[in-house]
Amino acid sequence: MVLDPLCGMEVKSPSKYYIDLDGKRYEFCSESCQNKFALEPNKYIEKMKKIEPSYRTTNYGTEKLSLPINGLHCTSCINTIEKEIKKLPGIKLAHVNYATETAHVEFKSGETTTEEIIRAIKNAGYQTGHSTLKIGIRGMHCGSCVTKIEKELKQKSGVISASVDLGTESAIIKYIPGLIDTKAIKNVIEKLDYQVFETSGVKTEEKPISPSGKEEKVKEEPVDENQLAREKEYKTLMRKFIFAAILSLPVILFSYPDLLGLPAQFQKGTELLTYIWLGMALLSLPVMFWSGSQFYTGAWAAFKNRSANMHTLIATGISAAWLYSTVAVLFPEIFPSEQLADVFFDVVFVVVALVVLGMALEIRAKGKSSEAIKKLIGLQAKTARVQRDGKELDIPIEEVVLDDIIIVRPGEKIPVDGILVNGSSSIDESMITGESIPVEKHEGDEVIGATINKTGSFKFKATKVGKDTALAQIIQMVEQAQSSKAPIQKIVDTVSGYFVPSVIITAILSFVIWYVFGPAPQLIYALIVFVTVLVIACPCALGLATPISLMVGVGKGAENGILIRSGEALETAQKLNTIILDKTGTITEGKPSLTDVLTTNGFSENDVLSLSASVEKSSEHPLAEAIVNGAKNKSLELFDAQNFNAVPGHGVEANVNGRKIFLGNLKMMKKFSIELNTLEEQSRELADAGKTPMFVAIDGKAAGIIAVADIIKPDSKEAIIQLKKLGLEVVMITGDNSRTANAIAKQVGIDRVLSEVLPEDKAFNVQKLQNEGKKVAMVGDGINDAPALAQADIGLAIGTGTDVAIEASDITLIKGSLKGVVLAIQLSKATMKNIKENLFGAFFYNGLGIPIAAGLLYPFFGILLSPLIAGAAMAFSSVTVVTNANRLRRFKAK
Amino acid sequence: MALDQILVIVGGLTLSTLVAWYFWFSEKKAVKVEAADGGIQEAVIKVKGGYTPDVLIFESGKPIKLNFIREETAACTEQVVFPDFQKQATLTPYKTIPVELKIDKPGEYGFQCGMGMVKGKLIVQ
Repeated sequence: MVLDPLCGMEVKSPSKYYIDLDGKRYEFCSESCQNKFALEPNKYIEKMKKIEPSYRTTNYGTEKLSLPINGLHCTSCINTIEKEIKKLPGIKLAHVNYATETAHVEFKSGETTTEEIIRAIKNAGYQTGHSTLKIGIRGMHCGSCVTKIEKELKQKSGVISASVDLGTESAIIKYIPGLIDTKAIKNVIEKLDYQVFETSGVKTEEKPISPSGKEEKVKEEPVDENQLAREKEYKTLMRKFIFAAILSLPVILFSYPDLLGLPAQFQKGTELLTYIWLGMALLSLPVMFWSGSQFYTGAWAAFKNRSANMHTLIATGISAAWLYSTVAVLFPEIFPSEQLADVFFDVVFVVVALVVLGMALEIRAKGKSSEAIKKLIGLQAKTARVQRDGKELDIPIEEVVLDDIIIVRPGEKIPVDGILVNGSSSIDESMITGESIPVEKHEGDEVIGATINKTGSFKFKATKVGKDTALAQIIQMVEQAQSSKAPIQKIVDTVSGYFVPSVIITAILSFVIWYVFGPAPQLIYALIVFVTVLVIACPCALGLATPISLMVGVGKGAENGILIRSGEALETAQKLNTIILDKTGTITEGKPSLTDVLTTNGFSENDVLSLSASVEKSSEHPLAEAIVNGAKNKSLELFDAQNFNAVPGHGVEANVNGRKIFLGNLKMMKKFSIELNTLEEQSRELADAGKTPMFVAIDGKAAGIIAVADIIKPDSKEAIIQLKKLGLEVVMITGDNSRTANAIAKQVGIDRVLSEVLPEDKAFNVQKLQNEGKKVAMVGDGINDAPALAQADIGLAIGTGTDVAIEASDITLIKGSLKGVVLAIQLSKATMKNIKENLFGAFFYNGLGIPIAAGLLYPFFGILLSPLIAGAAMAFSSVTVVTNANRLRRFKAK
Repeated sequence: MALDQILVIVGGLTLSTLVAWYFWFSEKKAVKVEAADGGIQEAVIKVKGGYTPDVLIFESGKPIKLNFIREETAACTEQVVFPDFQKQATLTPYKTIPVELKIDKPGEYGFQCGMGMVKGKLIVQ
C-alpha cells in the first residue's frame, strides 16, 4: 500500500496511475489525481512531506502506536490492560510501561483500529491521554461536507474522534499527539478544499478574504474562564450592593422618625408613615430577592442536602425581620400593644447591603491569594521552534515530543526541559529557582522549561515534555499542597460541622429567654436578639482561616524555589528542633575543586599546575578533572602528555614537553625516591583541613603539592548561623573519616558531627536522634539520602535541576543552597503563625460576638447589639481573614 | 407564667429539637453509582449552594469519575477539594469539570468546597 500524494488515500501498489519523477514513483488513486499532480508536482510533494512524518505505517501494514494512559496505579493494572488489548484481532505486540504510563501496541492496520485499542483500554478501566483540538472550518455548506470531513479525519492514524459542527463551523478533534499533530489535521481539512481558522469556541465574523486568497488567521489569546467568572461575580455583587445601599438610606430615615426628629406628619401613628412603611415593605422585596438572592438559593440548596451554611443564617435572619415588620404594618391591631407594631425594614436593607459588600471584597482579596499559582501557570511557553527534517518549525508546545531539537534565541523563553546540545548562553532561572543571578549554560548542561534565555542562541534536546517538565510538576505539587489539610484544620472541621445548626438553636433559645424573662416590650427584644445572633455568626471566617493562609504560604514558597508537599509538612517544619545536614552536596558543592598549589625547589606555581594538569588531562579520575579545571580557570596552557602511565594505588606518570612528571601520593614519591623535605609536613596540614593533597615531582625533583577538596558552598556558613539562630541544633552527617568531617564542620560552625556513617545507616542515625525525643529534619539529596529523608520528621531534598518531585521529601528545594532550608523553616513559621492568627480571630469573633448578640451583656451593662452592627461585623470578619492571609505575600527572608 | 410564655417555650424547644434532628441526626440519602460497561463509575454532581447528590456510594478498586457542574457563580463553591487524595479542581461555572479517582480501600472520604462550608461524601464499599 502506498499513499496517494494528492488525496492521501491508500492505493494498492502498483497502481494503474503513476508518475515517475526524480527517480521516485508517485502512485495515484485515479486519473484526476494523476493529472492534478502532473500540473504542480512540487506543491504536492511539499505537502506530502509535511504530513508524512506523523504516520508510522510500515510497508507491511503494521502500525505502531504509543498511547499515553492516565491513572495507572499499580503494576497489576498493566496486565489487565495488556490482556484486554491482546483480545483484539491483529495485535502483534502490546506492552504497557508503568514508569512512562504508555502503552506500546503494534497491530495490523487492516484488522483493528486505534479507536478499538482505545476502547479496549477503556474496558480495562483506564483512560487514554489525548489532546483535543478545536478549530473553525469555513466553506461547509451541507451535512455531507460534515460527513466527508469527519470520515477523512477518522481515517488518519492518531485521530481518535472527530466531530464537525456545521452550525458553529467548527470541529472538535481528539487526537494523540506524537501520532499526528495539529498541522497535519489542518492539512487533511484543507486538502478537502475547506478553510481552517483558529477559534476559541465562538463563531468568528467573516473576514474579508485578502487578495492572495488566503484567510487571515484569527488568533485569540486563551482567557482564564475562572478569572472571568470571578470578575463577573464581583461586578454583580457590587451592583447588588449599590442597589441595596442606596435604598437603605431613606429606609433608615423613616425607620426611626422619633430618633431622627422628623416633622410631626412623619411620626409614628400617622397615616403617611404607615403608607411609607408599606412602600418599604414592597421595596424590600427586590432587595431580598435580587440583591440577596444568593442567600435564598444557597440556603435552599443546602437545606435540601440537610446542611446549613452562612446563607441559611442570613436568609433566616432577614426573612424573620421582614415578616415581623410586614405583619406589623398590615395588621397592627393583632399586637397587644401599639408599641409592638414596630418595623425593622432597615435591618433587611442594611444587612443585605453589608454582607453582599463583604462577599464582593472577599472575592477580590481571594483573587490575590491565588496569584502565585496563576503566575506559575502563566510561565508556560506557548510555542517552540523545533528542528524537524532539517527545517525549523514553530509548533504549539503540546506537540513537542521527546528528543526534539529545539532552537532558542536570545530573549526567548525555553519551552520545555532538556539538555543543551549546541551553543551556550546565560539563562535567567529566577522564575523557577528563585535565584536572581543568571546561570551560565554550556553544552551538556540541563536547561529548565519556562526560564528565559538572556544572551546567546543555542539548541537543546527535549528530555521532559508535557506533564513531566519541572514547571508542570511544580504546579502539580503546589496545587496538591494547597488542597491538602494542615492537621490544625481538624479542630475547625469538627467545629464547622456543628456550627451553623448550633447558631440557629442559640438564636431560637435566646428568643425564648428574652420573651419569657426579658424586659418589655418582650417580643421586640426577642426578635432583635434572634436576628442579631443569626446575622453576627460567621462560619466563613472559620472555614477560610486555614486554607487561605496555606494557599498563600505554599504559593510564596514556590515563588522562592521551595516546594512544600503538604499542609502537614508545613505544620511539622515549624516544630523542628534538630536539623541534620548531609555533608556532600548539601554543605559542600559535592564535587572536588582545586584549592591549593604549593611549590618548592624554585618551581613556579603556574608551571607545577600546568604540567600536572597536562598529565591529568589523560586521566578520568574525578580528582584529575578538578586539577584540569583549576588550570583552565587560571587560563594556563595545557600540553599533550606522552608515555602516560597510571600506577595503581600510587598515582600517575607521564612526559610533558620533554619533562618527566610524577603525580601521586606519598607511596608514589617513595617508590621513585623523591626527596620531599618540608612538603611531607605541609601535606599533613592540608589533609587535616579536609583536603586531598597530591605530590608533584618534575624531572626527579620534588616540585610541590596540589590539593583538591570538595569545597564548601559559598553561603553554607551563613545559612548554618541562621539555622542556629532559629533555635535549631545543627548536626552534620557524612561517610568521611572523622578528621575530614571535623575539619569541614569547624569551618562552617557545626558542633555535632556524625562521621563514618555508611549510606545505608543514615536513616538509622536519624532515628537515633528522634529517639532522643527530638523533631528532626534531614537535608540531603533525593537519591542517596532517600531513606533518611523518609525517616526524618521532615525530609528536605536539595533538588538537582529538573527533578523536583522527589518522592521521599516533604520539602524540595529547587535551588541547591542551604539558604533555602532557612527560608523554608522561616516561611513555615510565618504561615503557621498566620493560620493561628486567623483561627484565633475567627474563634474569638464568633465566641464573643454570638453571646453579646444574644444579650449576655444586657443584664450587667445594658448593652445590646443592633442587627445593623452585627451585619457590618459579619461582613468584614471574613474579609479580615483573607486580608490577613494576604499579608504573607509580603513575606521576606530575614 | 402566662400562656403565651409557655407556648413560646414549648415552641422554641420543639423547633430547636427539629433543627438538631434535621441537620445532625436524620439519615442522608445516598446515591449508589453503578459502574458503566467501561468499568468506570461515573456520576454527575450538581453544584449549587451544595452538592447534589452529596453522598455517593462506589465500589472499591474501580475508577471513579465525578463530573461536577457548577450552576452558580457564587465564589464559595469555586474549588472542590478532596483532602484525602490531595486533589482539587477549579469548577468553571456552567462547565462540566471531571475529577477522576480510584479508591482501593473501602471507607468514607469527604469532599468539600475551598472553605469547607459545603460538603459531600464518597462511601466506598
